[in-house]
Amino acid sequence: MIAQTIGGVCKFVAGVSTEWHCDPDTGDPRVFFANHASHLDFVVIWSALPTRCRDEVRPVAGGDYWNAGMVRRFMADRVFHALLIERHGAVGHSLAAARTSVGLMAAELDRQHSLIVFPEGTRSRGAAVGEFKAGLYHLSRLRPGVDLIPVFLGNTNRILPKGEALPVPMLSRVVFGAPTRVAADEDKASFLRRARAAVMELGGPHGSSH
Amino acid sequence: MVLHTDATLLRLFGAVLGLLTLASGIGALLNHHVQDPALRATVQNVNARIRAWWIMAGVFIASISTGRAGSIVLFGLLSFLALREFVTLAPTAPADHRALVWCFFVATPLQYALIWAGRYEAFTILIPVYLSIFVAVRVALAGDTGRFLQRAATTQLALTICVYFVAYVPALMMLRIPGYHLPNAALIFFLVFVVQLSDVLQYIWGKTLGRRPIAPSVSPSKTWEGFCGGILSATAAGTAIWWITPFGPFQAALMALSIALMGFAGGLVMSAIKRDAGVKDYGSLIPGHGGVLDRIDSLCFAAPVFFHMTRYFFAS
Repeated sequence: MIAQTIGGVCKFVAGVSTEWHCDPDTGDPRVFFANHASHLDFVVIWSALPTRCRDEVRPVAGGDYWNAGMVRRFMADRVFHALLIERHGAVGHSLAAARTSVGLMAAELDRQHSLIVFPEGTRSRGAAVGEFKAGLYHLSRLRPGVDLIPVFLGNTNRILPKGEALPVPMLSRVVFGAPTRVAADEDKASFLRRARAAVMELGGPHGSSH
Repeated sequence: MVLHTDATLLRLFGAVLGLLTLASGIGALLNHHVQDPALRATVQNVNARIRAWWIMAGVFIASISTGRAGSIVLFGLLSFLALREFVTLAPTAPADHRALVWCFFVATPLQYALIWAGRYEAFTILIPVYLSIFVAVRVALAGDTGRFLQRAATTQLALTICVYFVAYVPALMMLRIPGYHLPNAALIFFLVFVVQLSDVLQYIWGKTLGRRPIAPSVSPSKTWEGFCGGILSATAAGTAIWWITPFGPFQAALMALSIALMGFAGGLVMSAIKRDAGVKDYGSLIPGHGGVLDRIDSLCFAAPVFFHMTRYFFAS
C-alpha cells in the first residue's frame, strides 16, 4: 500500500512516459538493468511494470546504504522488498563477498523473482552513464537462460538528483529495450561494454542531453 | 460549493456541446470520405483532437460551474502541469534545483491561495516582485555562476508564463462589475471560448487557405491567411456572445479581438521556445494536441490582458 502511494506520487512528480521494445510480461523471471542517477529510478521502473510483475520484482541495492537508519531499512525491507548486497568498493569487500552477492541474486531468480539492478553500482551525478561493474556479467554466466532487459531512464537525474531531498516535477522517460544474454564466447569487458551501450542507445541521440 | 445553475450559463454549455457534436459529425464525414493517404494522418489527428476537446470541455464546464473553487483548482492544476512541462525543456542547471522546488511547492500554491483569498494587490505583485527577486537570489546563492543570467531568467519566465499568467483566469472571479447580472464564470467562459475558438479557426483557415507563413523559422503552420481568417472569425464569434459579458457589442468585439491577438502572440512565443529546445510538443498528456502547454499557450498571454482591460474599464 505504501509502495502504491509512493508509485502514485512518483508518477505525479515525474510524469513518466513508458516505451516497450520487448514483451512487458513473459512470465519468466528477468533481470532489468538500468542507468542510475536518482532514488526515483527504482520506483519509476517498478511503477512502469505490469501489475503482476510488480509483486515479484526485487531491486538489488547496496546494503551499506540501505541498512543505515530505520527509515531506509524499512523502505528497503518492508516497502520495496529490496535484495541488499555488499557493494564493490565497500569497506571489507572481498572476492568471496562478490560471489555471495551474485549467488544471492541467482537464488532470487530461481525463486521466480525478477531483479532490477543498477550496474553502475551507485547513483551517478548528471546524465552521464558510468562504467558497469562485473556483477551483471557473472550473474548472466551463472544463469545463462535468463533474459537481461536494458532499461533507459531519462531525466530522473534532474528530478531528484543525488544529494537532494525534494524533487522538482518534470517529465521523464523509461524505455525497456530488447532482451539480451551473454554470448558463449563473450569476455567480461566486451559484454559490459555492450550492455552499457544497449542502455545508452535506448536514450536516442537526445536521450542524455538533459 | 454552489453550483451555478444560471439559465444563461446552461444555455452556453449546451451551445458548446452542440458545437462539439457538429465537430464530431464533420470529423466522422472526413474520416469516411478522405481516402488520400497523404491526408489520412491529418484527418486522424483532427479526430483525436475533437475527442480530446470533449473531455477538455467537460472538465472546463464542470469546474467553472462550481465557481471560484472549481476554477482555482482547475487552473492551479494546469499551472502545475504547465510548469512541469516548461521546466523539462528549460536549460536549467543542477544548481537551480532548490529554486525550482520553491517555485513548484511554495510559489504556485501561494499564488492560487491569494486569489482564493481575493487579495488583488498581493496576487498581482507576488511573482513579478517577490518571486523574481527570490529566484535570482536563490540561484546566486547556489554558487554556480555559469550561464547565470540565462538560468535566472529561465526560471523567472517559467513562473511568469505558467503560474502568474495562467492564474489570471480564475482571478476573473474576484472582479466586482457594477450592473453585471451574470456570475463571473461567464467572463472566464468568454475568455476561454474566444481564445480556444481562435486557435481552432486559425488552424482551419490555415489548413484550407494557408499559403504565406508569418514566421517560417518559428512555426511553419502559422500563415497570414490562417491569422487573418482565424482572428476575424473569432472576433465575430466573441461579438455574437456579447450578451454574456458586461460589455456592449462593440466593446465585446474589441475585447475578443485583443484576446485573439494575444492568443496568437502566446502561441508564437511558446513555439519559439519549443523550436529552441528542438521539440515539436511540450508533452503528450492530451492526445492529438500534445502537452498541456501546447493547449494553453494562447491562453497564457490573453488572460492577463483580458483581466486588466476588464478591470480598468469596467470593474468598480
